Amino acid sequence: MGGRGKAGGIHFATTHREAQQAIKKLLDGTLRGQKVKKLLVEQKLDIQNEYYLGILLDRENRCPLLLFSPSGGITIEETPEDKITMIKINPFLGIQSHQLRNHIVLDKDHKKKLIPLIYNLYRLFRENDCELAEINPLALVNGELIAIDSKVIIDDASLYRHDFSVSDEESTDLEKKAQEKNISFMQLEGSIGVIANGAGLTMATLDALNKYGGKGGIFLDLGGTDNPDKVKEAFILLKKAHPKVILLNLFGGVTKCDTIAKAVKSVICSEGISFPVVVRIKGMNEEDAIRILKDYVITTTTLTDAAQKTCKIGE
Amino acid sequence: MSIFIDEARVVVQGATGHQGRFHIKAMQDFGTEIVAGVTPGKEGKKVQGVPIYNTVHQALQEGANASLILVPAPFAKDAIIESLDAGIKTIIVITENIPCHDAMDIFHYSIYKGARLIGPNSPGIASPGKTKIGILPNNILREGSVGVVSRSGTLTYEIVNELSENGIGQTTCIGLGEDSIIGTTFIDALNAFERDSDTRAIVLIGEIGGTAEEQAAKYITTHVEKPVYVYIAGRTAPSGKRMGHAGAIISRGKGTARSKIQAFEAAQAKIAYFPNEIPELIKQDGIL
Repeated sequence: MGGRGKAGGIHFATTHREAQQAIKKLLDGTLRGQKVKKLLVEQKLDIQNEYYLGILLDRENRCPLLLFSPSGGITIEETPEDKITMIKINPFLGIQSHQLRNHIVLDKDHKKKLIPLIYNLYRLFRENDCELAEINPLALVNGELIAIDSKVIIDDASLYRHDFSVSDEESTDLEKKAQEKNISFMQLEGSIGVIANGAGLTMATLDALNKYGGKGGIFLDLGGTDNPDKVKEAFILLKKAHPKVILLNLFGGVTKCDTIAKAVKSVICSEGISFPVVVRIKGMNEEDAIRILKDYVITTTTLTDAAQKTCKIGE
Repeated sequence: MSIFIDEARVVVQGATGHQGRFHIKAMQDFGTEIVAGVTPGKEGKKVQGVPIYNTVHQALQEGANASLILVPAPFAKDAIIESLDAGIKTIIVITENIPCHDAMDIFHYSIYKGARLIGPNSPGIASPGKTKIGILPNNILREGSVGVVSRSGTLTYEIVNELSENGIGQTTCIGLGEDSIIGTTFIDALNAFERDSDTRAIVLIGEIGGTAEEQAAKYITTHVEKPVYVYIAGRTAPSGKRMGHAGAIISRGKGTARSKIQAFEAAQAKIAYFPNEIPELIKQDGIL
């Protein structure tokens, strides 16, 4: 968890007794609402200085961006921008030595130790499809550089070509099930379940519910798809979360609306879905879709109407 | 006129799958000139009357000058580079889940080759009454004088449909793609719409996350005279995943719906708070 130092997740102990107290305190408590499951015990180092070193995929420039600051640590985000060195890296050429020579300001001895580390970090970043590879703080201890903490984010889309074993400790069981089906799942406070296709449309649906005073609880984004099987999976997943009402908002692209409607009807019958469902489907054959569904769900053709009806039931 | 795809003669890479067949037919119905398909190992076949070749190089003999990529993600980078090497200058990538590092490489290679890259994870681009390269549904598009540029897929359909149902047609609708690394940007599209004499107003559909909308707003202030109508999706959504300290350092508070809306207000764009408000705002101004 990022920011755990600030949240009181790091304790120092000089005696056995102090250590016991700290451990008890951590394991009995929570950090930002999450239960502490594991502890890491480390030797306390005599840190002379803390640097920041990171490489991330820069969306704006569409290239790797190297960030270095001679004053790192937990206050890095408040460090003024002009105190942070940012170097754009051409993905075909990699880091060029003049970039480090000219832009990284550090005394000679420490810079000599830092430079190979930067090349290694860049290699790790490229070879492992990283969106982010960050060492913070990179500490100076007895004249040596030591990575005290680090964070790596691997691009999910690249996992097929790596054999990392990804352990996901933050997701809930329902979230994990959704991921297996390639459905993006978001759980908030609220009693309305929403199924939509595409991130933008899902967010627009949330905005519309909010306008009419509704609180979206669980959001399932099917992605850029209107695959009837995925719609069925989404209902099965939502059922387990016990929503008060479901809003299905689909804009049919490739699949015809009547095909989706048949899938919705069949899952409502086979799964015994008893809570109210509001369906708004647009696209090819939408009239047929509404005819198929009208005895099973509340149908509508506009997002505004769908949001109003859903909020009324969800009150 | 349309932007980016005038006189397009299209080769479809990944033409023989279910998606390929469906969209070749839909594009033909829309009026797109599809001259060839490419699927390695399927040479000699035909899809909807379109000849299939093994390589993009062979497809050039049919006069192809633009490529639509429907190839699955693990093979997309190779397919796009093959197209760029063959000299294709406009490439529209529909494929989703292409790794970011691949997208970055493809983008830089497209610049090196002087080509236009749209996507990845784009729904494509359509100029009603003329041509379409992509998967936007035909029946929602209507010829007219508004340019639409969006980062979304289905939300674009939603808003274009609202426009068309309200009698507001489009010069060109372009979906930039929902991925973090994309080729053509809001600024590229704004620049093209500003110069296109048929486009009289621009609709821009953004989302929370990243800083592309803030950049676009800055560009509008200095370079765009035409009226711009904006909807930002996700005003009430929780913020997305944190990209470590580095993400916070480079975004510096940008990326939120608030920051984006403020930037567009400063650029004197008209803000719609819900998708269906855009047609109303355009009608109120009486510019069309």
